[in-house]
Amino acid sequence: MSNPMKPSGLDAEALYANLLQQVRTGLTGAHDACIVGIHSGGAWLAERLAQDLGMTDRCGVLDVSFYRDDYAKKGLPAEVKPTHITFDVAGATVLLVDDVLYTGRTTRAAINELFDYGRPARIMLAALVDRGGRQLPVAADFVAATVQVDQCEALRLQRSDAGQFTLTIEENHA
Amino acid sequence: MLNPQLNKNGELQHLLSIEGLPKAIVNHILDTASSFVGVSDREVKKVPLMRGKSVFNLFFENSTRTRTTFEIASKRLSADVINLNMQASSTSKGESLLDTIDNLSAMHADMFVVRHAQSGAPYMIAKHLIDTRQNHVHVVNAGDGRHAHPTQGLLDMYTIRHYKKDFTNLTVAIVGDILHSRVARSDIHALTTLGVPEVRAIGPHTLLPGGLDQMGVRTFTNMNEGLKGVDVIIMLRLQNERMNGALLPSVQEYFKSYGLTPERLALAKPDAIVMHPGPMNRGVEIDSAVADGPQAVILPQVTFGIAVRMAVMSILAGNQG
Amino acid sequence: MSLHIKNGRVIDPANGIDAVQDLFIVDGKVAALGAAPAGFAAARTIDATGLVVAPGLVDLSARLREPGYEYKATLDSEMQAAMQGGVTSLVCPPDTDPVLDEPGLVEMLKHRARRLNQANVHPLGALTMGLKGKALTEMAELTESGCVGFSQAEEPIQDTNVLLRALQYANTFGYTVWLRPQDAHIGRGGVAHSGPLASRLGLSGVPVMAETIALHTIFELIRSTGARVHLCRISSAAALDLIRAAKAEGLPVTCDVGVHHVHMTDADIGFFDPNARVTPPFRSQRDRDAIRAAVLDGTVDAVCSDHTPVDDDEKLLPFAEASPGATGLELLLSLTLKWAEDYAATQPGKGDALALALSRISHDAARVAGLDAGRLTIGSPADICIFDPNARWTVEGAALASQGKHTPFLGYELAGQVQATIVAGHVAYQRSAGNVSNVS
Repeated sequence: MSNPMKPSGLDAEALYANLLQQVRTGLTGAHDACIVGIHSGGAWLAERLAQDLGMTDRCGVLDVSFYRDDYAKKGLPAEVKPTHITFDVAGATVLLVDDVLYTGRTTRAAINELFDYGRPARIMLAALVDRGGRQLPVAADFVAATVQVDQCEALRLQRSDAGQFTLTIEENHA
Repeated sequence: MLNPQLNKNGELQHLLSIEGLPKAIVNHILDTASSFVGVSDREVKKVPLMRGKSVFNLFFENSTRTRTTFEIASKRLSADVINLNMQASSTSKGESLLDTIDNLSAMHADMFVVRHAQSGAPYMIAKHLIDTRQNHVHVVNAGDGRHAHPTQGLLDMYTIRHYKKDFTNLTVAIVGDILHSRVARSDIHALTTLGVPEVRAIGPHTLLPGGLDQMGVRTFTNMNEGLKGVDVIIMLRLQNERMNGALLPSVQEYFKSYGLTPERLALAKPDAIVMHPGPMNRGVEIDSAVADGPQAVILPQVTFGIAVRMAVMSILAGNQG
Repeated sequence: MSLHIKNGRVIDPANGIDAVQDLFIVDGKVAALGAAPAGFAAARTIDATGLVVAPGLVDLSARLREPGYEYKATLDSEMQAAMQGGVTSLVCPPDTDPVLDEPGLVEMLKHRARRLNQANVHPLGALTMGLKGKALTEMAELTESGCVGFSQAEEPIQDTNVLLRALQYANTFGYTVWLRPQDAHIGRGGVAHSGPLASRLGLSGVPVMAETIALHTIFELIRSTGARVHLCRISSAAALDLIRAAKAEGLPVTCDVGVHHVHMTDADIGFFDPNARVTPPFRSQRDRDAIRAAVLDGTVDAVCSDHTPVDDDEKLLPFAEASPGATGLELLLSLTLKWAEDYAATQPGKGDALALALSRISHDAARVAGLDAGRLTIGSPADICIFDPNARWTVEGAALASQGKHTPFLGYELAGQVQATIVAGHVAYQRSAGNVSNVS
């Protein structure tokens, strides 16, 4: 990490517990439910959720690099992580998981990518933190906290080797 | 002329040869390719990266296989593909190569995939695009004369990385007509760039070019010697024309000394993999038992080839000059 | 017409002259050096202060492209190029279209050239009809028409028996045969020096062996026939060693190199630059260094331009498809001076190598071709090149009169620029006044 980080003052573990509770309730009775996390923070959250909900065989991860809308300006990112979705998305209830919901563009890209895998019956969005600043008409179904973050700062989820979540704030030099 | 492959930011602007590519760029292409491998398994086998872009396949030398894989790769990136059989076209009527390029650029081509019988032809095209400041147009060398076939070199490296993981403790042997092979040259540059400690070339003297040791290669004319302890065997196709040029007496004699039989394969490491750029001449350079055997990874090479080409094209298309 | 060239540094290698002094021309001939001849009245005076006054350059190979290749260049443009390059006598090879194998063609070429009143053109006749390597040409008739020797240009004779007969026949009359040593088969189709660079670039190679095998054959035939042979465009260290030994043995051979080969190596191909596509190919650094040394020690008798105009359509192609050849008439002086400065002057005991350098492109060249040229001896034709050794110029299309605009030196800045060229006492070219041909 090249940019200086500082703690956000948010208790990521507590937020996770809150999110888990909401998702558990929200997915009750859902038809063919599955969880898809968006790299990297969303993927970590999805893994933990899948474990806690006993859905590890219905958990996948998504890298949206090929669906971003800023490819023409920025090109392909230096690191593209693999997308793994081993189950059938068609007709399923997909819970998309991201760590921080901001402009909504990542969610739009993830939805487009999901549809190239098949036609889901329903997509719901879970985000640990909603920091506002939407540029597209996107809303989360499950959110643990709504916060204000400075435009020149980025909010990032970290995961320790032991699997502990923390949220940090980073100066955005981009 | 500065290295025409890289733009002033050191990013890939054209892919002309693996020679001169920084190791970081080679690895970036391989890493990106692994993300594209999964695309073929989806219901919609496409990503929208090159939507609205036009890729022109300029094949001055016939090749259905390579052209088809580039076409598939382009379409999986959602690009529009136009195939031009240049032998039947204006250049054979006397239009110069550069005039042809200008005409196609005027039709808003974004990328030229070029295969040509002459070494260096894609450089001419790239230089012309640079001189005329068309920084949004990219050239991919799909094989020029005997000089280079960089996407084949890259997919061969991807294949090796997939099965062997670490390049730095491998012995790799390339067998056959290295003199005339652009695949061999690209493989050699790629292997040395990625740090393979021992690269071997195996063939009769008439098919081994001079200067191989300057390229970091150990030569063997005895195949049994050359295959001892090898981790990767890359077999090259033997073309019929070689018999006409007084380079070889016959196919039978070639197979006797340089064909990859199960007995010869056993001299390599037990987990050695067998590769071939295709198309294979069974019974000429490779025995069917080996080609169809468990150590051959020839079909996976084809699959990887599409992903590698998708990676190359999407990296290029995302870089402005 | 009497001409007075004032205060220039007169360098005449043939007569060992290198001093600042005046030169006097009367009736088209060198009349005096230093003091004016009795009764001299200059019709015209040229102030050559700060300039070198040298014999007009003698170029042993310049393709004028006429007859037959007028789309590449014409007599008019190339003769103008010769004037701007300071070349007052040139030898042209017989590979025109049709080939110079008939006296009528030679006469016509000489006639056309004479009317331009610029350089003296001395054609080489074809050694065999059509250069096909089978039937001998009428060498005596061709000599009478003006040929100074006989050559196969770029078409080596495949049948050694024909080559033997051709040398025997030429020797009957004492004619010199000009041969580029090139085996007809080895390296056929090659476009670059056979070596690691050509291997890496995937270019078909011409091995040094193609030159040395041909030399061995030629030397054997010379030993048998006694024929005099001038070896053209030597390209390798090994060949130069063989030539050095042959001369020591007493064989009647001379040789030349192309001025580009004095400087360039195969590395100058770079990223397949077709401007570096030449025949013979530029070879390794070792070969280039041997050429540089051989020009100094005299193993190489003369340096020529090997002027070969090629038009864009034939040059701007993938390397192996590009027509070989570089423009040279207007670079011969600068590139020879560059050799003198970069190399000769740095060798122990050489100091100012300017006179030696000029000799290789004037007096020595004239001797090879048997021409009364390349020197400022009293009574000689007043063919003179006045140049500024320090003036720098950039090699670019617009600066060249030749229609051949291709050379690997494009974009380079070179020293040495011709200020005036005088042929038989009349100022055929003067830089400041532009083209002054036919004005006396």
